[in-house]
Amino acid sequence: MERALKRWSPLFILPTFLAFAIGFIYPFVEGAYLSLCQFTTVRDAKFIGFGNYIRAFGDSQFLDSFWFTVAFTVVSVALINVIAFLFALMLTKNLKGTNIFRTVFFMPNLIGGIVLGYIWQILINCVLSLVGKPLLALNATAGYWGLIILMCWQQIGYMMIIYIAGLQAVPDDLTEAAQIDGATPLQTLLRVKLPMVMPSITICTFLTLTNGFKLFDQNLALTAGEPNHATEMLAYNIYNTFYARSGPQWKGMGQAKAVLFCILVVAISMLQLKATRSREVQQ
Amino acid sequence: MKKSWLALALTGAMTLGLLAGCGGGDKPAVGSGDGKGSVYYLNFKPEQDKDWQALAQTYTEKTGVPVTVVTAASGQYETTLMAEIGKSEAPTMFQVNGPVGLNNWKDYCYDLTGSKVLGELTSEDFTLKNGDEVAGIGYVIETYGLITNTKLLEQAGYKTSDIQSFADLKKVAEDITARKDELGFAAFTSAGMDGSSDWRFKTHLANLPIYFEYQADGIGSTEAIKGSFLDNYRQMWDLYINNATCDPKDLSAKTGDDAVAEFVNGEAVFYQNGTWAYGDVKSLGDDSLAMIPLYVGAGDEAKQGLCTGTENYWCVNKNAKAEDIQATLDFMYWCVTSDEGTTSMASDMGFVIPFKAAKESENLFVKQDAELTAAGKTPVSWNFTTMPSEEWKNVLGSALTAYAADQTDANWAAVVSAFVDNWAAEYKLANG
Repeated sequence: MERALKRWSPLFILPTFLAFAIGFIYPFVEGAYLSLCQFTTVRDAKFIGFGNYIRAFGDSQFLDSFWFTVAFTVVSVALINVIAFLFALMLTKNLKGTNIFRTVFFMPNLIGGIVLGYIWQILINCVLSLVGKPLLALNATAGYWGLIILMCWQQIGYMMIIYIAGLQAVPDDLTEAAQIDGATPLQTLLRVKLPMVMPSITICTFLTLTNGFKLFDQNLALTAGEPNHATEMLAYNIYNTFYARSGPQWKGMGQAKAVLFCILVVAISMLQLKATRSREVQQ
Repeated sequence: MKKSWLALALTGAMTLGLLAGCGGGDKPAVGSGDGKGSVYYLNFKPEQDKDWQALAQTYTEKTGVPVTVVTAASGQYETTLMAEIGKSEAPTMFQVNGPVGLNNWKDYCYDLTGSKVLGELTSEDFTLKNGDEVAGIGYVIETYGLITNTKLLEQAGYKTSDIQSFADLKKVAEDITARKDELGFAAFTSAGMDGSSDWRFKTHLANLPIYFEYQADGIGSTEAIKGSFLDNYRQMWDLYINNATCDPKDLSAKTGDDAVAEFVNGEAVFYQNGTWAYGDVKSLGDDSLAMIPLYVGAGDEAKQGLCTGTENYWCVNKNAKAEDIQATLDFMYWCVTSDEGTTSMASDMGFVIPFKAAKESENLFVKQDAELTAAGKTPVSWNFTTMPSEEWKNVLGSALTAYAADQTDANWAAVVSAFVDNWAAEYKLANG
């Protein structure tokens, strides 16, 4: 049986591998090549070397959007994970109606980012107009916090489900043993439950971190980078370089930014995975 | 062993299914195979999609040449074109929006010099040149100005003939604002700065200071604008935002639909837009509509007409097969000369086309433009096609919105900087 599996496994991997190659590997390699070219459409690319990268680094808006993205990601990762974990704790307490609440908290995740962005834009603009503050298009601070609120609202439910699964997998005999040994509920949480749900934390920080860096739809719909690119995140900056600019010199530069962006996201998530994985404990 | 064969068969079937899914796609059906060539037109204007499809079908029935018309979604033309033109069955006919758009596509434009359709143009002015080559042909002329609800204007005690200059317009608008509660309507519709409406101000209204500067300096384009007429731009913008249906602070969230709704519901007298908006407002009835020139207090206002020009140029894809290029040229020629073509473009699409065989349009604003020109007024040309980039417009739009919310000189200085300094900076970026 084992031998048969080994012999046939390439065949079983083939369909997925083909899809992966067509949908990921090929575009990635071509994208990396195009970042070294000047082009209007992908068929008439002319190789020009590293000029696009030099210009991408020289673009102050790209750097600004990088820092804006970092500020957004740090705050949103912290808020989403802490709040989601607290919700998960509350909803694993065998209270009445937990299933309803789990469903309700999860629901925002089912709505697409563009729709959410426009809905929150209307909501936030109404509030800003009521308190007499400049509307979103003129108010970078409101844009920043608007994005954070939106992302929290959308993602907390999803992360909560992962944490709930993690908390439910903590064996009862462990918590009981802790109680018998005289641990307070807080000690049980910090010393027993938290180390046990470390795999969930790894997954959730990974998801929120990469989601934060890659954020595009919500950014486009909620603020569209207004005022004057002040709330433009990396992915949206790349999109604007590629599509909002006219002339072949911008396409390769957008592509170069995209490659840099990819390397950055991969590097950061690798570091994060290494950091949280090392804290996971074996049962 | 039997089982593994079954599994193998299943896997094979799944793989095939997967690959089949990748094939197919929505490739337009092109290619007739009998040497006649075929036409693939990537249309820019979603409003006219139905009419183009019908016209294409008529042409195919008459000549047997297949014509595919695909319309890009609103605001997605450049991205659609970028994707389509890279395919093996690329569009043979597409459009660019003037010199800045041509910059992207000049390597794809067939030189139309000497083509039959070019000979049908009423004026050389409607061509788009790339050096000595004719890269594009303007196929529709459009006009914009201040669309006026004459019924409401009469209720306020004025006629359109009372407005012959910026001073007149200011007097009328401010009088209406002073009596807003008594009259029950405002002078101007909201000057929305949402993406669906901000082009009316950052592009179309901004054309006027550019036009007057070009006129004064006797030029047709520039690498560095001076902004000599920006004070006129400011006074017009002030007039728009302070005599409107809404608080200037709320403009950033106002949309194009808001302005249309306000105008159609009789909440405001004036609405800045063009001939293409006729369909939106014609429910008010032709006898209560008029379009008057955009007076900004510059130049010879007694002779100023509506703003008339084009930013829609047809181009032919130079990389298409020779027979497809010929088929496309024939199709273009047929569209602007045949009875079916000109009728459809005038009546169904509502276009004024700059070709000799053009039929008269039923669009009221088009007729008024012709009347004004016949009365000796000089149309204001469309110089916004020379704006250095889309980014320039966006930065100007942001600055205008910020100024509207807080009308200080410092904020206006930011508008001036967005207009003047950024012009030079963007021109450099765009042209190397």
